[in-house]
Amino acid sequence: MDLVQMTSVAAAAVAVGLGAIGPGLGEGRAVAAAMDAIARQPEAAGTISRTLFVGLAMIETMAIYCLVIALLVLFANPFVH
Amino acid sequence: MQSPLTTEVLFLIGPIPVTTPVVTTWIVMAALILGSIALTRGLKLKPNRRQAALELLIGAVDAQIVETMRAPAARFRALIGTIFFFILFANWSSMVPGMEPPTAHLETDIALAGIVFFASIYFGIRQQGMGGYLRSFAQPSLIMLPLNIAESFTRSFSMTIRLFGNVMSGVFIIGVVLSLAGLFVPIPLMALDLLTGAIQAYIFAVLSMVYIGSALGGETGQANEKRS
Repeated sequence: MDLVQMTSVAAAAVAVGLGAIGPGLGEGRAVAAAMDAIARQPEAAGTISRTLFVGLAMIETMAIYCLVIALLVLFANPFVH
Repeated sequence: MQSPLTTEVLFLIGPIPVTTPVVTTWIVMAALILGSIALTRGLKLKPNRRQAALELLIGAVDAQIVETMRAPAARFRALIGTIFFFILFANWSSMVPGMEPPTAHLETDIALAGIVFFASIYFGIRQQGMGGYLRSFAQPSLIMLPLNIAESFTRSFSMTIRLFGNVMSGVFIIGVVLSLAGLFVPIPLMALDLLTGAIQAYIFAVLSMVYIGSALGGETGQANEKRS
């Protein structure tokens, strides 16, 4: 295992680890706001939860991008021959 | 460990290699087609129990389409419903031993997002006409033109990556846990995978509805109706 591969493994771990923080915080805020809204207006729960799911999917994509970058670094690294 | 970005060639038809996800897709398609034919045989005006359950299901799909797109459900039921049920059963196909979800490979997701991309263009042109559809890219002002064009590509890309990442990460994590811990440990993760698969199918269907619905030109369409 040469230096490039070792750094790649570390880079993958850092990418997923740090990249999950932002979406985690964002999803937490979104769910909290949706809970608040449902508690205030239970009759709008259907619309709110549908919008929430779509919004969560959007936020989650950022974490998924990090995961894909990590996989590219691990399995399809352009610097490893 | 096998890379999730490559696919395994199962056999060759002439010069064309056929990979495992393609065969799984065919199996899922065959199951869906045969299942629909078997379930819709002998539909009656006075429904029996099976038909009532089916009508409930289709009614739920219709209600989602009407609520999200604000358009008549009959035009989009076939497309959206097929997308939803195909992704749902493709994600759940990992429950069959030896099968891997085809959506855990990038090619299937690119194809699905491509279908939505071309469907939004088709429905947009059919609804607003060629000129109206092209003009909708310059809404609300001409400065937005490059952004709107870029958006129509990036959202297909993000749909692809979202479905691929979610399903593939589930499969990958189960593989890692299985190789580390042994036979029965990944069962709770597989249960979580069922939930993720259903949510991802729902999200993909909702996002296709949103994108196709935005191509129909909500505000501009209503404005035209008011004017005429």
